[in-house]
Amino acid sequence: MTPDRELAIQVDDLTVAYDEHPVLWDVDMEVPSGVLMAIVGPNGAGKSTLIKAILDLVKPAAGRILVHGRSYDEDRSVVAYVPQRGSVDWDFPTSVLDVVMMGRYGDLGWFRRPGSRERRLALEALEKVDMTRFARRQISQLSGGQQQRVFLARALVQDAKVYLMDEPFQGVDATTEKAIVRVLKELRSQGATVVAVHHALQTVPEYFDEVMILNVRRIACGPVDEVFTEENLRIAYGGVVPFRAAAAAAVTEARVPTSSAQGPELSPHDPGS
Amino acid sequence: MDLLHDLLFDYTLRTVALGTAALGLASGALGAFAVLRRQSLLGDAVSHAALPGIVLAFLLTGSKELIVLVAGAFASGWLGSVFVSQIRARSRVPGDSALGIVLAVFFGFGLVLLTYVQGRPDAAQAGLDRFLFGQAATLVAGDVMVIVILGGVALAALLLFWKEFKLLSFDPEFGASLGFPIGRLDLALTTVLVLAIVIGLQAVGVVLMAALVVAPAAAARQWTDSLGTMVWLSALFGAVSGVLGALWSGGTAGLPTGPAIVLAATGIVTLSLLFAPRRGLVWTTWRRSRQRSRIRADTVLADLYALYRQHGSLDHGHSVAVLDAMSDGPGGAARVLPVLAEEGWARPLPDRSWAITGEGLRRAEDLLARLGRAENE
Repeated sequence: MTPDRELAIQVDDLTVAYDEHPVLWDVDMEVPSGVLMAIVGPNGAGKSTLIKAILDLVKPAAGRILVHGRSYDEDRSVVAYVPQRGSVDWDFPTSVLDVVMMGRYGDLGWFRRPGSRERRLALEALEKVDMTRFARRQISQLSGGQQQRVFLARALVQDAKVYLMDEPFQGVDATTEKAIVRVLKELRSQGATVVAVHHALQTVPEYFDEVMILNVRRIACGPVDEVFTEENLRIAYGGVVPFRAAAAAAVTEARVPTSSAQGPELSPHDPGS
Repeated sequence: MDLLHDLLFDYTLRTVALGTAALGLASGALGAFAVLRRQSLLGDAVSHAALPGIVLAFLLTGSKELIVLVAGAFASGWLGSVFVSQIRARSRVPGDSALGIVLAVFFGFGLVLLTYVQGRPDAAQAGLDRFLFGQAATLVAGDVMVIVILGGVALAALLLFWKEFKLLSFDPEFGASLGFPIGRLDLALTTVLVLAIVIGLQAVGVVLMAALVVAPAAAARQWTDSLGTMVWLSALFGAVSGVLGALWSGGTAGLPTGPAIVLAATGIVTLSLLFAPRRGLVWTTWRRSRQRSRIRADTVLADLYALYRQHGSLDHGHSVAVLDAMSDGPGGAARVLPVLAEEGWARPLPDRSWAITGEGLRRAEDLLARLGRAENE
């Protein structure tokens, strides 16, 4: 990490515990400005919790989090959030356009209702995710991929500098996956930073610049070229890397093996115990 | 007609109808949010939890003015709702158990207090038990004024915080990420719900008030996919249930208002579950059977199309037996072919065999193209 490069997110010594059971333990993370970063790790590794801690949605037991050099509650408008799409009731009586306009509620502030400007911004965002023709559609009539694109559009209207996404690729169709990748690249070209919880390890090198490999503790964090190694993944996943060995080998072969990069910081262990 | 005449010209009846309409309006509107947030049973816990407050308010003041009793009901109902959320947040007790505990404990305490008060020699306490099952006929003009004003406050709060309450109900976590104080908004919405509930207790009773929170909203959800329409429709259903129930119990000696209002609301729910477009039982059944016959017709049309491609002539007929064998067994094609003929997609030939028409060809190609597109998407 070159010290002169601005950090979009800086997490120091973050510890989060639910009922005294640590979910994140002493985690450091540095996200350079303008990169796409994946957070990977096995189930229960604390990936969603890490994102929620940055958003101040869960209270850490210890640690410090800075977004563009400031604590998050100073200025929330720099961050946009794409929650897991399973986190809401899609039978709620509202339309696609209405949901996307919710992304403007923060800027609108108290009591003011969304108007024509919010409508226009929402329609623009829907166009970016190929959902314009669904604007009037009831949200209960959307497929899973379409729901995900609606959530993405809702984050886009926030016009933020940092986008935090919780499993945006989870269970989506090919059209949606392409749309999301396109939006991510567009965001990066505009100088925005994206951090996304990601499950499909084989697409990490293709979609992302940087990766955080997490399993309660930080295993490694840095450029994909340097830290996305079979060794680090094996430490994170406890010896069982959930994608084909051949693909893993191809990945590690293509990368320059560096020992100077963030190496393994702990020995293999079972996070479930 | 007598009833309508009375409603217009009988002062008492008009007062009662206005009061029950106002309380139904408020509980219907707020109930819509409770139902959408899956907090239907919170209304039940709150209304039961209000009972000790009513009796305590009477014990402390000796007054049976509605405003006094409503203040007591509000205090203990609100306390009950806070207990529910605190038990949820701070213990491992599941949410529904928290509701059950608060409901039973508060209601039990209320019944003990009520029994104690009723055992006292003076007659001042007479009539407090109407808060159990409700007696709308006891509403006087002053009571109605209290209901209208407090109900108006509840509705005004709902309008003022519309956007915030909508966000809270749909995606609280996202709302928190935007910086809205979701915990306090939750408390505010619950407080307004408690207000809407306690103004109805004299007319409807603590035992059945929850139905007036849940039923109008459940019925309204059937008719619309818009939050705004749902809330106002729910308010309307609540008001209609209130008036119908009040009139019914007013005209029937010994029938408490609560059960009458609940039955009226149940009637609206039943009609909505059956007949609402798109969500109603009748509509979905009809659509499903239509879909089935459409799919069967499309299958046979596709078969005829395949046969046409083999033989290349619109005049080459195919027997029903062949079409049966291609689709789902004997009898299937025979039922569908007349439908296809009606649409002009197939025609019978003199030898009782069937052939696809030019229009049928276009339709079949259309269908297959659409299928191909759906697979690619």
